[in-house]
Amino acid sequence: MPVDVLPALAAGAREAAHPRGGRGEPCGHPDTVLAARDDGTVVRHGDTVAKAHAPGTDPTGLALRLATAAALPTVLLAPLRPAPAVLHGRQVTFWPYGTPVDPEIPEDAPWEAAGALLARLHRAPAPAGLPPMRGPAKAARAVARLRAAGPHPAAPPVLRAWAALPAWARGDRPMPVTSTLCHGDFHLGQLVRHPAGTGPWRLIDVDDLGVGVPGWDLARPAAWYACGLLPPDEWTRFLTAYREEGGPAVPAAGDPWPALDVPARALTVQTAALAVAKSVAADRPLDEVQRAVVDACHRMGTTPPELVQDFTK
Amino acid sequence: MQCPKCHAPMHTYNRNGVQIEQCSGCRGIFLDYGELESLTRLEAQWSQPAPPPPAAPQAYPAAPPAPAWGAPHHGGHGHYGHNRHKSFGRMLFSS
Repeated sequence: MPVDVLPALAAGAREAAHPRGGRGEPCGHPDTVLAARDDGTVVRHGDTVAKAHAPGTDPTGLALRLATAAALPTVLLAPLRPAPAVLHGRQVTFWPYGTPVDPEIPEDAPWEAAGALLARLHRAPAPAGLPPMRGPAKAARAVARLRAAGPHPAAPPVLRAWAALPAWARGDRPMPVTSTLCHGDFHLGQLVRHPAGTGPWRLIDVDDLGVGVPGWDLARPAAWYACGLLPPDEWTRFLTAYREEGGPAVPAAGDPWPALDVPARALTVQTAALAVAKSVAADRPLDEVQRAVVDACHRMGTTPPELVQDFTK
Repeated sequence: MQCPKCHAPMHTYNRNGVQIEQCSGCRGIFLDYGELESLTRLEAQWSQPAPPPPAAPQAYPAAPPAPAWGAPHHGGHGHYGHNRHKSFGRMLFSS
């Protein structure tokens, strides 16, 4: 349970923040819980952030993912320690604190930095032995959660859109591209400025990092744009920055959708599945944004997905 | 003459000096040898210069491409228009 690991995690963050001379002297930094979910608990202490990864996290995979971040410090936030520690049976990693995207100021969202960072990530060589990125597995988990949630009128169109996807996008088969380094769970919450406030933007969260279809990393903004939730100019800024940095997920010019269609459908289904599952659990109707993604799943029923195209070769 | 298809009487018309037989029943047209070529020649001679091509897309940017299953209000105002903060906030999470 996430709560059990919190005190140990906070102590770990304190220790990492004050490696010398901190013994017995209380410091003025508060312990701030940044996230406490099943898939990870994150505590900040001063300049240091400690993350307890999900129970059952594969230590070898996490170590490889951590090493990847350490090797690409201009793309991914570099960890403070090169290897995970173990606290109360959980894998724990330590990171410098960085400033996240401000949810109150959409106009300031760093779309250009996001596109450029992803392009650089996709062009970087993947370390030998790095496991597949976990995007499709994450989408499959969201759909499993929807199935377990019980009946809801919006569930059938979401499940139909899911069933129409190719097996690799549902996590049932290996991905067609297995050489490109991918983030695996990109969204605006995966960007921080380091050093805090003034530094350049960096990608965080290596849990789903791995090799796979790079279009998956563009698929969340693509899905939001397709669903009418992201304005066209912001989508264009993101995509243009990605292309200008030589990102291999889409052709350098022309229509990007043949490469984005399947991943964007999968992310739309994932978002809709979680929205409906949460709506059932909370006994609350879907809001306008949630209805937009469910409506998109409805429309997917009338247009079969495009064949995935590999632009990385 | 009679229409070879429906056997109704055919009427003769003159189009730019070319004799054309049209059936009063099925409206089919009969052309003598060389008459089709004559009409084609006349058409080329009389056709106006082609209209200028439409302006390049860069000159007047349209909405970027979107998939067929996308929201129907592209180019207009999507949800972002009146629910900017709510939809933006969702982009900060894994949901």
